[in-house]
Parts: sequence; C-alpha cells; structure tokens
Amino acid sequence: MVSNYRGYRPPQGMVSWALHRLAGLGVLVFLLLHIVDIFAVGYGPEAFNELLFIYRHPVFRVGELILVAGLYYHALNGVRIILVDFWSQGWKYERQMFQAVIALFLLTFIPTALLMLRPLF
Amino acid sequence: MQVHLRIQRYNPEVDAKPYFAEYDVEVEPTDRVLDALNLVKWYHDGTLTYRRSCAHGVCGSDAMRINGRNRLACKLLIRDVGTNITIEPLIGFRIIRDLVVDMEPFFEAYKSVLPFLINDDPAPVGERLQSPEDRQRFDDTTKCILCACCTSSCPITWTNDEFVGPAAIVNAHRFIYDSRDQAAAERLAILNQKSGVWRCRTVFNCTEACPRGIQVTRAIEEVKRSLLTGDVS
Ligand code: SF4
Ligand code: SF4
Ligand code: FES
Repeated sequence: MVSNYRGYRPPQGMVSWALHRLAGLGVLVFLLLHIVDIFAVGYGPEAFNELLFIYRHPVFRVGELILVAGLYYHALNGVRIILVDFWSQGWKYERQMFQAVIALFLLTFIPTALLMLRPLF
Repeated sequence: MQVHLRIQRYNPEVDAKPYFAEYDVEVEPTDRVLDALNLVKWYHDGTLTYRRSCAHGVCGSDAMRINGRNRLACKLLIRDVGTNITIEPLIGFRIIRDLVVDMEPFFEAYKSVLPFLINDDPAPVGERLQSPEDRQRFDDTTKCILCACCTSSCPITWTNDEFVGPAAIVNAHRFIYDSRDQAAAERLAILNQKSGVWRCRTVFNCTEACPRGIQVTRAIEEVKRSLLTGDVS
C-alpha cells in the first residue's frame, strides 16, 4: 500500500494533502503526550512542576518546534480546505491558495522558531 | 530520435511478480507514447500487452501511468515526456497482464450511481427540450470517457475499496444537474453514504489527471454542497 504512494509522482495537491495528514497525526501524538503530563497534576503541584523540566530539555524544545510547525501548517491549510469546500469558486484558486499557505506558514513560523530557540543559545 | 522505454511487465501465469523490461525505439518528437508502445509490440516483443482502441483520446481504453502520472498513451506526445519514459499500469486495480488491469470494480462503481436519464413523465412526441443555460449547467461532466485516470490517481481509492471514486461522481453530477432528470435525490442519497463524496479529501489528483480537462474536484464539491444545502440548481 505504501508503495502505491511512491508509485505516483505527486502533483501539488497531493503534497498539500500528505503534509496535512502528517501534521494532523503529529499533533494527535502530542495531544496524547499532553494528556499524560496533565495527569501528573493529580499528584499535586510539586509533582507537576517537576515534570515540566522535560519541556525545557533541548531535545524537547526541538520536538515542540516541530509540533508548532505541524499546528501552523494544519491550521493554515485547513482554512484552504474549508474555502475549497464552501466557497463555490474555491476550486479555481486551489493552487494559489496553497502558495499562500506556504507563504503565511514561513511568515509565522520563522519568528516563532527564533523566539523558541533563543533560550538554547 | 531514440527513446528509452521502461515498461512494467507481468504475466501472472509465469511471473512471480511484476518486473521492468527496457526497450529502445526510434520515434518522432510528435509521435505519441502509444506509437512507441506499438513499435515495441510490432517489432521487438509481440507479447507486450496493453489496451487501446480509438487511438485518438475518445474511447478511454489506454489510460496508464506514464512517468508516474495517469495519462492516455494516445494523447501524450513524446516531446512532452522526454526520452526516458517509464510506463506502468494504473494503481489500485488488479493487474491482468502487463498494462492491462481489471476495470470491473471501476464500472461497478460507475453503475452504482444510476448514470442514465430517469424521467417518469410520458415521453414527448419530439425531444425533451432544454434551454442552453440548463444544458450548460452540467456541460463539463458530459465530457467523461470513463478512462479511470481520475479514480486511479486518487490516493483515497488506493487504500479504500469502498469509495466510489471521482469518475462515478462525475457521471452522477452529469445527471443530478440535468433539468430533464428527476432522480437527483436518489443519486444524492447514494453519494451521501459512507462510500460516497465525503471520502474525497480534495487532493485534486483527479483534476490533474483527467485527459478531458474536466474540473473533477469542482464537480465533487458541487455535489457535497448540494448535499449540505439540498439545493440542486
Ligand atoms: S479531489 Fe477527491 S476524488 Fe479527486 S483525487 Fe482528491 S480525494 Fe480523490
Ligand atoms: S472524469 Fe476524466 S479522468 Fe475521470 S474517467 Fe472521466 S475522462 Fe477519465
Ligand atoms: S486509445 Fe482510445 S482513448 Fe486512447
């Protein structure tokens, strides 16, 4: 089945869809992790605060950055999909909207990344 | 000019699995990929198997994957694909032999959307007249030649056998918006099922692949919106 995906030279729309899926699944995995760490609140504020040290670890910081990338892309491309679904002219501008998604993604992600990685240096 | 063809071959009676065979043939830049296939079959290896009939982009029999995209071999010029050409069968169907796949599931899906005029009024003496504007409403989807380029390009159909696929929806669209037809509600109900339009994730692969230039995703989205609003005008 995976070989099917390799067998087709992806047009732009397929790239946007594959990224959307990947980002969506990534965010889902983080959500599960988040449920686990919130669970620690049940053991009192000290336990919770202690657990938060993981989030300051550099490896985790980079992981969070990937999460933010996934969130931004999924949100922006989600708006594009909504427009394709509900705006009767959406199909016409599908490609331009994808380019806009990429542009807005870079515009928002780069400053966020700089802010988030600053404490590491 | 000389072109190098890599063609996926598979004869289930003797081969354990598909493999690639390579051929060099002499063609003109203005020849079609189908001409190159014919040269192989006629002068190199008569066992090469593929479908073709009209050779003019009308019958829809020679859809195949050419350099990784679904195309009609008879509509694609050599000069537009370059000198290294990889040819594989359509994805998502059982291979019968070489480039010939089992299209039965494709036509089953097509038949499931009632792709014919349904009108219980007594037939008029002449024709069932329709204004040019009403005819224009579904003009785009009348152009389908049932080649399966779209359905087989859709990533959803590769993993979901139930999805009726874009071609069936295009052909439902052709009647849903026809002012002479009376079964729009029935077809919409069929496409509202689990196997229907909601499986479409607006990937646009179908639109990119359609050799007739049909705005396939647009048609699917119109059906989706009709299901939401109940408006079939
Ligand atoms: S637009 Fe819909 S039907 Fe067409 S390829 Fe994409 S998911 Fe499949
Ligand atoms: S909609 Fe286009 S790609 Fe799909 S079957 Fe019809 S002609 Fe072929
Ligand atoms: S042979 Fe008929 S469409 Fe190509």
